[in-house]
Amino acid sequence: MSRGGGMSTKTIVTGVIGADVHAVGNKILAFALEEAGFTVVNLGVMVSQEEFIAAAVETAADAIVVSSLYGHGEIDCQGMRAKCDEAGLKDIPLLVGGNIVVGKQEFGDVETRFKAMGFTRAYPPGTTVETAIADLDALLGA
Amino acid sequence: MRYLTVDFGSTYTKLAAIDATEARVIGVASAFTTIATDVMVGFHAALNLLREHIGAFDYDELLCCSSAGGGLKMVALGLVPELTSKAAKMAAESAGAKVVRTYAYEISATEQAEIAAINPDIVLLCGGTDGGNKDVIVKNAALICKTPGDFSIIAAGNKSASRELEEIFKHSGKDCVITNNVMPAFGRLDTEPARNAIRDIFIERIIDAKGLAAVQRMTKHEIMPTPFAVLKGCELLSLGTDKTSGIGDFLAVDLGGATTDVYSMAKGAPSLSNVLVKGLPEPYAKRTVEGDLGMRYSAAFLLEEAGARNIADACGIAEDEIVAWVRKCVADPGTLAPQNSRERALDETLAGCAIEIAVGRHCGVLEQIYTPLGETYTLTGKDLSETPRVIGIGGVIQNSASPAKILRHAVFTVKNTGRMFPKAPAFLLDKRYIFSAMGLVGMIDPELALAIMKQEMHPLTEDEDGIEKPETVR
Ligand code: B12
Repeated sequence: MSRGGGMSTKTIVTGVIGADVHAVGNKILAFALEEAGFTVVNLGVMVSQEEFIAAAVETAADAIVVSSLYGHGEIDCQGMRAKCDEAGLKDIPLLVGGNIVVGKQEFGDVETRFKAMGFTRAYPPGTTVETAIADLDALLGA
Repeated sequence: MRYLTVDFGSTYTKLAAIDATEARVIGVASAFTTIATDVMVGFHAALNLLREHIGAFDYDELLCCSSAGGGLKMVALGLVPELTSKAAKMAAESAGAKVVRTYAYEISATEQAEIAAINPDIVLLCGGTDGGNKDVIVKNAALICKTPGDFSIIAAGNKSASRELEEIFKHSGKDCVITNNVMPAFGRLDTEPARNAIRDIFIERIIDAKGLAAVQRMTKHEIMPTPFAVLKGCELLSLGTDKTSGIGDFLAVDLGGATTDVYSMAKGAPSLSNVLVKGLPEPYAKRTVEGDLGMRYSAAFLLEEAGARNIADACGIAEDEIVAWVRKCVADPGTLAPQNSRERALDETLAGCAIEIAVGRHCGVLEQIYTPLGETYTLTGKDLSETPRVIGIGGVIQNSASPAKILRHAVFTVKNTGRMFPKAPAFLLDKRYIFSAMGLVGMIDPELALAIMKQEMHPLTEDEDGIEKPETVR
């Protein structure tokens, strides 16, 4: 199946942000996105905001899907929207999931904070990849 | 079988006579060439010197390379600085070009004017992965086509932009080719097609433009850009042939009048554990060229870069005298420093500076990054800390009484912490400037070229300051 209606597929840049080395979920996520018909640019683990953005610029990505598993997601994600704007990636959807904050926190608050940082979607631990795919379809108008 | 190889340089025309049956270099000779005069003048002068030196000599095959007329001058354009811009620069340098400037994103009016002023031989236009961004390469193509100058354009970017590019190029009045993307997918390089396109243009157009058409008529073999021949020679010496093994990893520095070229034959993987490799994949055989670091034409930039103060401290010669010498070298690139003179000492200090800066730029960078979980390291580029040898090529090193002393500047010092210089290499000298010649011979007879290069690499020891002089005839 190809996303984006026949001719051109949608391109997703994904990776694990910051100093995070949790590699397993990233591989599964990238694989699932590919299976769903997206063109996936997987940057692997320990990816800086700048690297996400550089990759998205060159590949004219349609969305950036950020993973964070080790609890420091909030620090790592700060300022990313501003940098996207700066790089000309105006309104590019930014999705983030994994274990994006430390421990068990009320997710409603967490989500509010990430949205205030400019993230389009922020997912609680345990969110399936399918949920993210359905959202991407809706966001990208596939 | 006898070969005559000719290296038409910006400063010297260098000849080597090779006997294939005996697998040896019969003799070498070089004559001064000026950018202004006909290249054939330098060729005949050098040939006469060679014949004076080795007696009558006839050859079966004539093999030529050239960096005449300032070499193959290019500018490279890409999208993101550390991605396609860098990939474009790498592709051009591996083809033997001197990349005067690299640009990223849509170029500004100032940058466009700068390109016109540089007056390059070729503009390499990249940007976007296949299916990725095509705005920038299309806009830059239109701007480059409107930039005055008699240059060729090679587009090696997003394949999805090719139709638009064709349309723009069709009416441009410039010589344009479209080839495969240097970075077809994120982080994957494919520089070979761009490299071949550069070589084709060099053969078809540049040879003529640099006044080498008469030379090309004298031989059935295509004239190569000199640095491309050197890179081929280095690759052969390092990797060997199917039958004979090479010498393995090394770093080579070619210090010329206009540029300093650095070649590394090494994978360059991190030597430390827990280092994350960042950036584009690095080729095993890598060349970088510094157009602002040279002993004559670009000596003024070198002085600026190194700092007259630092040079004065290093050689104990007054700053005024240094500045005066550099001025003289730039004004008259044929200037030679007499043996055992103050000027010679100064030249050798300048050479050391050029090597340190050029090797520093060539090597990878190890960066400490601070994370919520403590420190880690990233490596961008090649880690050459364990590279076992450094080979010196080129006039100043070759003519020095203490070449090892100059080459020591290619070794790691605390001052360069974070730059992955070789830590404890052995030093070798390309006694008779044979790399470019062997790159050429190697394309016909690799076994012969490999055997000769192995003979010609002269090991240097730290205290060996009075080594045998090369048999070069000046
Ligand atoms: C294996 C592991 C490690 C290994 C990682 C090896 C490797 N190279 O991959 C090692 C030992 C190195 C490690 C280290 C650490 N770990 Co650890 N680790 C784990 C563990 C046990 C399993 C992770 C895993 O592979 N899971 C399987 C994969 C398939 O699941 P996943 O990673 O969660 O990914 C899925 C989903 O999260 C989701 N997903 C991911 N991204 C996104 C994005 C979107 C948009 C969406 C919708 C979904 C989504 O889809 C993925 C695929 O199904 C987890 C606990 C657990 N059971 O999850 C802890 C865990 C992740 N680690 C944790 C911690 C704290 C650490 C350390 C900080 C420990 C320390 N103090 O040293 C370090 C951090 C090191 C670093 N720099 O990153 C915590 C994080 C706590 C938090 N966030 O609040 C966890 C949850 C353990 C715990 N309960 O405390 N760890």
